[in-house]
Amino acid sequence: MNDLFDIAIIGGGPAGLTAGLYAARARLKVILLERMGFGGQLLTYEKVDNYPGFPEGISAFGLSELISAQALRFGLLTRNAEVTGLEFEAPIKRVVLADGFIEAKTLILASGASPNKLGVKGETEFTGRGVSYCAVCDAPFYRNQEVAVVGGGDTAIEEAVYLTKFAGRVHVIHRRDRLRATQIIQEKAFQNDKIDFILSTVVKEIRGGSGGVEGLILEEVPGGRTSELAVSGVFVFVGIHPSTDYVPASLERDPLGFIRTNQEMATSVPGVFAAGDVRSKELRQIVTAVGDGATAAFNAGRYLEAHSL
Amino acid sequence: MAGNIIEISDSSFEKEVLQSDVPVLVDFWAPWCGPCRAIAPVIEELSGEYSGKLKVAKCNVDDNPKTPSRFGIRAIPTLILFKGGSVSEQITGAVAKSQIASAIDKVVS
Repeated sequence: MNDLFDIAIIGGGPAGLTAGLYAARARLKVILLERMGFGGQLLTYEKVDNYPGFPEGISAFGLSELISAQALRFGLLTRNAEVTGLEFEAPIKRVVLADGFIEAKTLILASGASPNKLGVKGETEFTGRGVSYCAVCDAPFYRNQEVAVVGGGDTAIEEAVYLTKFAGRVHVIHRRDRLRATQIIQEKAFQNDKIDFILSTVVKEIRGGSGGVEGLILEEVPGGRTSELAVSGVFVFVGIHPSTDYVPASLERDPLGFIRTNQEMATSVPGVFAAGDVRSKELRQIVTAVGDGATAAFNAGRYLEAHSL
Repeated sequence: MAGNIIEISDSSFEKEVLQSDVPVLVDFWAPWCGPCRAIAPVIEELSGEYSGKLKVAKCNVDDNPKTPSRFGIRAIPTLILFKGGSVSEQITGAVAKSQIASAIDKVVS
């Protein structure tokens, strides 16, 4: 493949697909690379209630299908490929794939983010056998059982509420003395009598046996008093980290590793843009991701014009 | 969709997987699971690339609860590679194609 593209988009979540939609409608020669199916992190949620235009909410999977169908309708070229590296010093940039490379005049990095791990003993050992990072995927395996949710943000509290459809009891464990989730989400959780809250507490260890997770060792902070909690599952929602393994270290990031951009979504490297959760920003939502995607595609187009590329 | 992916059930598992002459990759999935749909195209590609050396099967855990519980599966997607009737590799969650391929390379000759 010796085609030279105007724009190569890395990642097929809401940000990448929207960048693709705008670039395709601008009749730019664009390709979107995604290593799995379209949708990104959206696929790990059940329902979306805060994306405008759907007054009754919409299923997360349904929304991801609509966004991709819309981009594809305008002729966005996509390829199932795993990006392993970038070469972006020269005007013609190269995206290194597991099986070859493609070349483009501009790049839009929209590779998103992945859930953080707790980093405690037992977590890796019991992943898939009681430790989960996706309530929608795994909740049905915990019918009438007792489970824990670790975290206090929007995702943790929403997923705790979702888990009560299956689990008999859900303990929310959060390291601070109050939750960080949006008020309306907190209210839903406080009204749910299957949920209780263990605040100012961290998980020290995940314990289990041959059948999987059996319980958690908890520690109060401050204080250090430890206790044991018997659960058969633990769902971890303690933030995300950017998916940037393929990005050279020379691209500027924030201290957490998210890619720094200006308001035009331009990164520290000319011709390289970033959009969505991979970007350093305050509010990571579908609605901000699609805004980033549109802005990145627009400014990539401007860059092409300004440099007569 | 892909011609060489078979659907297996609790009743056909023994014959199709455990008694298979070639190694078998079983993709445990369910319709409610987004990440399962996300890796579906990857599984399809792999079934083409390893055609003849590997049997690729999908098991819907909603319709077939016995098989996943027999292998202690409490998360999906879970991919298990069976060789000679026993588990040789197990992968949980939606992972990169290269990671699945390197697990397959360990069991196919």
